[in-house]
Amino acid sequence: MLKILKYSFYDLMRSRWSYVYFLFYLALGFVLLFLNHDLSKAVITLMNVIIVLVPLISTIFGVMYFYNSKEFTELLLAQPLKRSSIFLGQYYGVAGSLTLSLILGLGIPFILYGLFQSDAIWDFSLLLVTGAFLTLIFTALAFNIALSNENKIKGFGYAVLMWLFLAVIYDGLFLLSLIIFEEYPLDSFSLAATTFNPIDLSRTLILLKLDISALLGYTGAVFKSYFGTNLGLFISLGMLVLWTVLPIWRLAYKSKRKDF
Amino acid sequence: MKHFSKVLVLILLLMGTSLWAKTIVVCQDCELGSIKEGIAVAVDFDTLLIKKGTYKEYNILIDKPLTLLGENYPVIDGGKRGEIIRIVSDNVTVDGLFLINVGTSYTTDYAAIRVVKSENFIIQNVVLEKLFFGIYLEKSNHGKVYHNKIIGDAVDEYNSGNGIQLWYSHNVVVDRNIVQGVRDGIYLEFSDHITINNNQSTNNLRYGLHFMFSNDDTYTNNTFQNNGAGVAVMFSKRILMKGNTFRQNWGSAAFGMLLKEINDAEIIDNTFEENTIGINIEGSNRITYEGNDFINNGWAVKVLGACYTNSFVKNNFLYNSFDISYNSKLNDNKFENNYWSNYTGYDLDKDGIGDVPYRPVKLFSYIVNRTPETIVLLRSLFMDIIDFSEKVSPVFTPDNLMDAMPLMKKTE
Repeated sequence: MLKILKYSFYDLMRSRWSYVYFLFYLALGFVLLFLNHDLSKAVITLMNVIIVLVPLISTIFGVMYFYNSKEFTELLLAQPLKRSSIFLGQYYGVAGSLTLSLILGLGIPFILYGLFQSDAIWDFSLLLVTGAFLTLIFTALAFNIALSNENKIKGFGYAVLMWLFLAVIYDGLFLLSLIIFEEYPLDSFSLAATTFNPIDLSRTLILLKLDISALLGYTGAVFKSYFGTNLGLFISLGMLVLWTVLPIWRLAYKSKRKDF
Repeated sequence: MKHFSKVLVLILLLMGTSLWAKTIVVCQDCELGSIKEGIAVAVDFDTLLIKKGTYKEYNILIDKPLTLLGENYPVIDGGKRGEIIRIVSDNVTVDGLFLINVGTSYTTDYAAIRVVKSENFIIQNVVLEKLFFGIYLEKSNHGKVYHNKIIGDAVDEYNSGNGIQLWYSHNVVVDRNIVQGVRDGIYLEFSDHITINNNQSTNNLRYGLHFMFSNDDTYTNNTFQNNGAGVAVMFSKRILMKGNTFRQNWGSAAFGMLLKEINDAEIIDNTFEENTIGINIEGSNRITYEGNDFINNGWAVKVLGACYTNSFVKNNFLYNSFDISYNSKLNDNKFENNYWSNYTGYDLDKDGIGDVPYRPVKLFSYIVNRTPETIVLLRSLFMDIIDFSEKVSPVFTPDNLMDAMPLMKKTE
């Protein structure tokens, strides 16, 4: 598995896409900090970028990579190798290189601008952790979709739809249900609804850590009493882990049974 | 020579008693070792010069027109047993004292200095620490509270007092005081024609400044920073608020300024910076907002209903999460010539005024007003999308709530 991981990783490096992705974040980080020296404000802006772009790029990249390396995968399948290690190796290669680009790309400018002396360091680490989780989750979901659809167009369509659903439509439905059921106590409902969507969960986790959480008022207080505690943090991180592990498990499971 | 000067002093003293005010020295090693003794000896219009030292005294009653002048800030330690100075006479001046340890009580409002039914008083250069109430003016008019420093260490609202409190007092000037760490920095109740200038009210538990039922008052160039809930102006008429700074009143129930049942006020050239809510307005009519800066607030202005004929002219709204929040579809307030940092219109004829009207109420803030729980969707991509579509074609927000002539550049 490690060999395949390494191969996928270097393949991405060679194709320069990792570099482009890395340079994009590097530029973003530098421009943000150049325009605004306040690290904690830059964290808010970055959050907006991360919760939208990271899932999108991971999804597209995952699907693209899977379809692109299909011939190579078929070649590997002819070899005496475990199927799960072929697919998981590829997955970890892609997800690993994307995560690395994200962390290095954002980490370097922030460190240069004095992250370690600033008290924004915890917020920033949380941002990177959630960013990494989002990469892992959405690449895994994309691999699943690609594995289940032979047709590339269909696969792409589903992948983009999945991103659209989690990033936009889910919030729309959430909002609608909040307005329709406004007569009822909605605190536990909105807590549950946020926990079940990795993008919402990441957004809430980061928002609650920042000053801006004062805007959330009473609802924010309810959220804070849940996410602010160690238990809440563990539950939400556990949820993110679950979101990562489940698609990976399905990937391994499906790949064993699939007829190539 | 020696004898001559003694005789001269004696003559002068004798003349003093009969003709003009004399100075009585109080110090710990003197004949007069306490302030109470000094007051007992003094006659009307005398000056009590209090030398440096620590005087353990409380319930000092000033019942004749005197000047209490401290030299190098003598300490009067109340020993937490009651109030320290009570003034019940007209024309009293208290200057340059350091008062500490005022008693705490749940039935009596003990104050460091209390002025009762007196006129023409001056309280200046006084430092108060470890206090319950600071300077308490009760039915006292035409006085001056100038350049005092009040440093409290209040922890809970229920067992702390106010820094400077005016109750049924009129025509008083409160100038250049520093108040921090008390319940309400400056509190006015039933007090008219008060001038509050150049004060700094910071880190107080509740409000930096609190008005109740007080009319025709003016406050200018004050700074209110990091108070529990900012400044509250309630049930008052004709108040002028000019050039004040409201900063960092940040918390889930905090605001820069709260207006409740305020009519005919003028709010001019103030700065509201980094407050959760810049101004919270409820039931306030005919108010002019002009030349104010709203910078980095959560909500710059939150209008909660029953507010009519207010006008917002030439204000700067810079980088607030929400510029205006409104909870009804009816609008009777005027927005004109403001600068909005979120404005994306253009100015083809280059007259400095945008050609497209600006709508300061976002759909999201309208939804949040209806269903407060929806605030959890703050900064979600979906909200940005529907905000954008509402901006293009307004459906939910009041039609006429817009700035038809938004400025392209900040006003100075």
